[in-house]
Amino acid sequence: MTDAQVIPLDGDGERRPRRKSPADPAPQGAPGEADTAGPAPETDDPTPTAGSEPAASEREVGDFERKLAGGLAFIRRRLEGDYEVDDFGFDEELTSDVLVPMLRPLYDKWFRVDVHGIENVPSEGGALIVANHSGTVALDALMTQVALFDHHPAHRHLRMLGADLVFALPFVGQLARRAGHTVACNPDAERLLSGGEVVGVWPEGFKGIGKPYAERYKLQRFGRGGFVSAALRARVPIIPTSIVGAEEIYPILGNARLLARVLGLPYFPLTPTFPWLGPLGAVPLPSKWHIEFGEPIHTEAFVEGAADDPMLMFNLTDQVRETIQHTLYKLLMQRRSVFF
Amino acid sequence: MSRVVLVTGVSQYLGSRLARSLRAEPGVERVVGVDVVPPQDDLGDVEFVRADIRNPVIAKVINAAEIDTVVHMNVIATPVGAGGRTSMKEINVIGTMQLLAACQKASSVQRLVVKSSTTVYGVSPKDPALFTEDMEPRRLPRTGFAKDSVEVEGYVRGFARRRPDVRVTMLRFANVFGPAITTPLTKYFSLPVVPTVMGFDSRIQVVHEDDALAALRACAVGEHNGTFNVAGDGHLMLSQAIAKAGRVNLPLLPPFASVARDIVRRAGLIDFSPEQVEFLKYGRGVDTAKMREVLRFEPAYTTAETFDSFARLHQLGRVVPVDAVRLVERELLSVAGRVSGGSS
Repeated sequence: MTDAQVIPLDGDGERRPRRKSPADPAPQGAPGEADTAGPAPETDDPTPTAGSEPAASEREVGDFERKLAGGLAFIRRRLEGDYEVDDFGFDEELTSDVLVPMLRPLYDKWFRVDVHGIENVPSEGGALIVANHSGTVALDALMTQVALFDHHPAHRHLRMLGADLVFALPFVGQLARRAGHTVACNPDAERLLSGGEVVGVWPEGFKGIGKPYAERYKLQRFGRGGFVSAALRARVPIIPTSIVGAEEIYPILGNARLLARVLGLPYFPLTPTFPWLGPLGAVPLPSKWHIEFGEPIHTEAFVEGAADDPMLMFNLTDQVRETIQHTLYKLLMQRRSVFF
Repeated sequence: MSRVVLVTGVSQYLGSRLARSLRAEPGVERVVGVDVVPPQDDLGDVEFVRADIRNPVIAKVINAAEIDTVVHMNVIATPVGAGGRTSMKEINVIGTMQLLAACQKASSVQRLVVKSSTTVYGVSPKDPALFTEDMEPRRLPRTGFAKDSVEVEGYVRGFARRRPDVRVTMLRFANVFGPAITTPLTKYFSLPVVPTVMGFDSRIQVVHEDDALAALRACAVGEHNGTFNVAGDGHLMLSQAIAKAGRVNLPLLPPFASVARDIVRRAGLIDFSPEQVEFLKYGRGVDTAKMREVLRFEPAYTTAETFDSFARLHQLGRVVPVDAVRLVERELLSVAGRVSGGSS
């Protein structure tokens, strides 16, 4: 179902316009060279009409060349620093063309994610996605990002609020910033939401992803409800989202507390395969996933200053939590088996 | 009313340019510049007084000239020119204390503009993406220039409380950058091979030297009050900035990164404080809404444009030539074209 946007690197040239300087030799140079070589109509016109349909092999060649040209131009822009990041360090080109495509096989082939209720996410303007957290590592968050980008008609990017630890880690923190995520704090949440972005929060945090297998699909405490006040201040809808399948990818049977403390981690998971099988133990079990974006809770109706009413915050937090919990039970009832 | 302006730190690049441009401003009668070393540039009509702001002599200068506007630019960022960290701290902290003490006694003083820095927000992985003026640092700076800046700001706030009749403006500048100025960051990007910390890529936000001057000038002659972040629009990633300058990015494992810092420092190339290494790991961004809305100041250059103006001037030092990259790209494409052409 994602065939339309799987072509990496150059596929997005048709989806959104890209700034190119007139001095840029690559796109002009490529068809010029190809002219003498043969498959010129292909490279000159990316959408061949039915009348001038060339042989299939020629089309493949043209396609390959276009891909190559796109890929090389991408690498050149990277080498020259010719790309843009926003105030959060979000690199849209890299995310759309490299990071999400890297996750896509995991999403499509391994977890075979089924998405429900994607229409509950608005096509423009801010929205706050609040979801349950599970699965030892935050793969559920990454899969939600792919779901929103691939299946939402507006191809929306999910901007997540992550734990401090994520941004202190080498490589991980850098990638998280590039992919558009930021530290979970109210100023950043409000800035993103009022800037019209879709923001994702997993309020259970480490309590959620690090919980033992026996407690699967039981929502943990929902932080301090800071996400509710951020949504209220920015006047954006809250979308309770339920993710089923992530609990089974790395079932946590035990927690090596001493090792976790030594390594400075919130927990050190012991699963049936990790760390016993070494790197092989890091392969997630191929459970079948469902992500349901629920009915939005609108916040426009609340009066000015409602975000400073702690009772209202607690009530709204509970409402979101209950909605997610009930949807989880409903999805679990409908599910035929963990793996299919 | 014609004004008499005192500029401290006038022998430095920004100080001397500011003093000269203030002198050209209508309504400014006199500009007095003070510094411990004589200026290298021609100061023109600016009166230079060789004085140390750490010394009570500064009070005499203020009284004698009946100064009404003080622009304090003498908070220095590196110990190299100052003769060591101890001396740098003295110039920054004791110098500011003496200057403010003199201002407090001088009834002629009506306006104080202080050049501060966004380093007061510290650096940590927990930082919000953008700091507004009213945010506290997540991790207080503990060393060097950043710590001095925090202390200087503290004394300036104290002064503002004691002399409520004086308009006090503090401008927190992002790294001042540009084709002419020399700072640790410009030196860093001038290295042919730029060492970075492996696994980290920070957001960099800079302000063009011309914009920094324009903001200082606007505050010196204007009627503003308060603390403002001043920075160019947008961000660059560190690796992106290195690529734009045509330098080679050399990611080092953290222990080697501090060794590299030591070597560069000992060689007298760049004086990098531990704080600056943290800055290169996590970066920092500031919100400039208040600068636009209250100060009504619009920078002429974005961060990327500032960086390009710097990179253009340093073209000669490019290690990664633009033409070669494009040539390789064209060659690869033509080879691919020929191969596929032959096969079909």
